[in-house]
Amino acid sequence: MKRTDGRTPEQMRPIKAEVGVIPNADGSAMFQAGNTIAYAAVYGPRELYPRFMQDPKKGVLRCVYNMMPFSGHGDRVRPGGSRRSKEISAVTESALSPVLDLSDYPNTVVDVFIELTQTDGGTRCAGITAAAMALADAGLKMKDLVSAMSMGMLDGEMVADINGTEDCVLGATDVPIAFIPTMDKISLLQLDGEISKEQLKKLLETGKQKCLEIYKVQQEALKKKYKVD
Amino acid sequence: MTGKLHILKSLKDGIRYDGRKLLDYRKISVEPNATSAEGSARVKIGKTEVMVGVKLAVEVPYPDTPEEGKLMVNTELRPMANPEFEMGPPGEKAIDIARIVDRGLRESKAIAPEKLCITAGEKVWSVMIDIVPLNDAGNLLDAAAIGALVALKNTRFPVIKEDGNIDWEAPLTDKKLELVKEPIEVTILKIGEFYIVDPILEEEELADTSITIAVSKDGLVYAMQKRGETPLSVDEIDKMVDIAIKKSAELRKLVG
Repeated sequence: MKRTDGRTPEQMRPIKAEVGVIPNADGSAMFQAGNTIAYAAVYGPRELYPRFMQDPKKGVLRCVYNMMPFSGHGDRVRPGGSRRSKEISAVTESALSPVLDLSDYPNTVVDVFIELTQTDGGTRCAGITAAAMALADAGLKMKDLVSAMSMGMLDGEMVADINGTEDCVLGATDVPIAFIPTMDKISLLQLDGEISKEQLKKLLETGKQKCLEIYKVQQEALKKKYKVD
Repeated sequence: MTGKLHILKSLKDGIRYDGRKLLDYRKISVEPNATSAEGSARVKIGKTEVMVGVKLAVEVPYPDTPEEGKLMVNTELRPMANPEFEMGPPGEKAIDIARIVDRGLRESKAIAPEKLCITAGEKVWSVMIDIVPLNDAGNLLDAAAIGALVALKNTRFPVIKEDGNIDWEAPLTDKKLELVKEPIEVTILKIGEFYIVDPILEEEELADTSITIAVSKDGLVYAMQKRGETPLSVDEIDKMVDIAIKKSAELRKLVG
């Protein structure tokens, strides 16, 4: 099967990562997969208000996912939160929190702001991938990075890293996943479409392998910023 | 207020907080087509970085201007760019930036409104400009105005389907949005008796007053906005307009 952008079924789009892109932030990163570009900025740990939201045992991770108004493939995206962006913010928090140890920072918050400048599918995964690098750049204690990508089923065949056209126009089954390599665990799992139990298992196993390719690029980007000559 | 005294003392010697002269800009870079939108630009002034995107839509014209397109400018000050920015609807600062960029473009008739007419009284193009800073290290305003201009200059129309809607799956056409005028906006700050341009955040905080001035290529002024509580004399305003005309000519070279 040839895909709309000429890729083979298991081929990912070209990916690119850069760390330290937002000077004001305590940590930041950019991640690009094909025509999807996500920026992530980390601020904190800083004191959390209102007080009742504080956790006396550890710091709280708070993620915000947002598409810039001109980032959509199609009509302008109205600014302000939507049900979709709230949901994505929440699953992003869940995807990242297993690797993050904030026990040294009780009563604080670590804010992660994810902004998409342009989108072509796989935006939540690009956001999580960028955010993991930004958290590491902020110098926070982490067990590992998190690498994310959307697997899919298109015309009964498994495809990796589905793009916007495959997702929205061709109606592919969309399975965004985030993978934590050293734990061998999946921390983001969503699915829209149709798939068998056997196909799903195979798709997740392949997805893990694909995420490892992203993992390498994340590590290289971090090393590039902190390289000592 | 020792900070203010220190900055004032050094302004007296003609030196800024970061070593620049009073009327120097930091290094500016302009990247057109920085996103996949119909028009876009990324502008960096020192460590300040602003993204501007232009989206087009087909809409019904306003009843009193049936042959004219629509223009909208919006600024999103997201907390990514500056920890002082809060989530939620645009605040005073975001509205200030959007409004002055809007007026510079609208009053100079940068886009000929009749060029945006598809079918009089029925369908016109709506031009929606969104300004989103990635990093605020001062002077978002001038960066936003340059970005808006460059993004507009590079805006290409999408394909319209037979049913009158935009075909988002088709690539953009080669037809560009034509600009009649190209207003450049310069913000001049007054600190004590001194005038500066391109402030960093510390200077923005200290300014007694500032004026943003939109100037066309032929040196005409199309929009102004004074902010801050310190009043100005006519002579002082005249001086600031002089600075705006001179600096806008420099900035114009970057717009291409």
